[in-house]
Amino acid sequence: MTTDTATRALLVPAKRRGRESSRGLRRPVRSVVKHVIMIALAIVMIYPLLWMVVSSLRPNDEIFTNPSIIPDHFDWSNYTAGWNALASPFGLYLGNSVIIVIGAILGNLFACSLAAYAFARLEFRFKRVAFTIMLLTIMLPFQVTLVPQYIMFSWVHMLNTFWPLILPKVLGTDSFFIFLMVQFIRAIPRELDEAARIDGCGHPRIFFRVILPLMTPALATTTIFTFIWMWNEFFGPIVYLTQPHTWTVQVALGQFIDNQTGGNWGALFAMSVVSLVPVFIAFLVGQRFLIRGIATTGIK
Amino acid sequence: MSVFEELRSVRSSKTTGKRDNKAAFFFLLPWLLGVVLITAGPMIASLWISLTNYNLIQSPQFIGVQNYIRMFQDPRLLNSLRVTFEYVFVSVPIQLIVALAAAMLLDRGMRALPFYRSVFYLPSLLGSSVAVAILWRQIFGQGGLVNQLLGLVGLHNLPGWISDPQFALGTIILLNIWTFGAPMIIFLAGLRQVPEMYYEAASIDGAGRWMRFLRITLPMLSPIIFFNIILQLIGAFQSFTQAFIVSGGTGGPSDSTMFYSLYLYQQGFNQFDMGYASAMAWLLFIIIAIITAVTFVTSKYWVFYDN
Repeated sequence: MTTDTATRALLVPAKRRGRESSRGLRRPVRSVVKHVIMIALAIVMIYPLLWMVVSSLRPNDEIFTNPSIIPDHFDWSNYTAGWNALASPFGLYLGNSVIIVIGAILGNLFACSLAAYAFARLEFRFKRVAFTIMLLTIMLPFQVTLVPQYIMFSWVHMLNTFWPLILPKVLGTDSFFIFLMVQFIRAIPRELDEAARIDGCGHPRIFFRVILPLMTPALATTTIFTFIWMWNEFFGPIVYLTQPHTWTVQVALGQFIDNQTGGNWGALFAMSVVSLVPVFIAFLVGQRFLIRGIATTGIK
Repeated sequence: MSVFEELRSVRSSKTTGKRDNKAAFFFLLPWLLGVVLITAGPMIASLWISLTNYNLIQSPQFIGVQNYIRMFQDPRLLNSLRVTFEYVFVSVPIQLIVALAAAMLLDRGMRALPFYRSVFYLPSLLGSSVAVAILWRQIFGQGGLVNQLLGLVGLHNLPGWISDPQFALGTIILLNIWTFGAPMIIFLAGLRQVPEMYYEAASIDGAGRWMRFLRITLPMLSPIIFFNIILQLIGAFQSFTQAFIVSGGTGGPSDSTMFYSLYLYQQGFNQFDMGYASAMAWLLFIIIAIITAVTFVTSKYWVFYDN
């Protein structure tokens, strides 16, 4: 349904098309009004976020008295207070999150690209069955497998390690990305495979030398989505990571808000902002791939 | 092509050419292991555990369907279902209507659209984080941002929205609606697919804006609306983080934000009642499957396929 041209079209401003009314003087006025409305809506949309950032730089008592988003203080003390508010410095939790995210990204890239190649290019027995299973697992709620997985990981003494969060990715359980990559590989001309085959390449070499280099946009989309999803992931980490030194950023923030009884909102906001920065950067850097990924598969 | 169209066409695809069973096996090996160890195995295991009484320490005791019977007599569980249904069936339709409206607004006709799109899309990336849930807890608290702003226009003595059982769920619904950016992008991609000539032809026939929307845009977008509905429904049923953080893990006040997933988490990982938690997971699965199936069946009557 949604093709690559469609997504490319999303990234560039639409051409002005015929059905717009052009009635001389009224047009600039209308355009200004439109922009004013759009800017107002945009501000409403991100007001809470801007306010949190500005508030994190204000003295603590102002958080409950100052609703403005115009920066008036640049007080970094909330950041130092928040950084050291829990048992370990916040850097530890950031580090844990980074390790898990990197593991998950590598796992997804590895397992999903291999599986996608098989589904897109190879003919094999039970292909239809396997493909249907792959599509159906996209819709499977994770709670259904949660309890036995937990029991299984406790048997092999992996609770309070990062493995329960990384291993499923290494085994390709994020079928969404397999689907995304299948779509992408199908669009690569088969003639390229054929040419490589005539040159004597087997499937492993065709995959590594031809397909993989050509599917970097799909790999980038997978990377950036895995990054954002795993960074924000909360259910898995609070189930598997109960010892404080294993906490991710999200779990640490959750504990932070539980520990404090009406006190240090400034520090809490400061660390919340810190936790959002990597996602925001990923958004800025990878917007193109995010939008393409969403538009081609409809993911969140 | 979306997942669903793909599913529909799976049956009709024909196998041609020679088979590479061996190569395919190696390429699929990690995924196959995952299906067995991480998905299918645990699914079967969870079905078995749901028929037992198991607290992780003593060995599981087979108790038949007692966990399932218990669910229908557990007022907190029934309440959590009610809360979850209310959340899903209020927030998903509103979120999608807002997403469609935003997509129409941001489709074409003015400068700087990519910038506006980015701004509208951003909350959907951040919305599932703990930080945003923390922010929500402050914003809708007694002295929070919302009450401060309302105070500026002369409204005082307002409730603490998240501590009032009447409004707490509403604040989380609002949070979900706020993350309309992802479905908006899918709608935008869909709008690009509608051939311009349909609109031109309709204009020549004298159709106004509203008519063109009803007779062209909506039918042409219906496969995408369908796709968005299913995705958002499945996601919303499993919603957890926001309710957990906003209520401090309790599902309060008075269980008004006790989402089904949150109750499941409490039963499994606070009470360690693994049998009951597994039974709950299966009920969730069945509910999601039924609702997805119903949406699929009704789609015949309202989803329009151009080709």
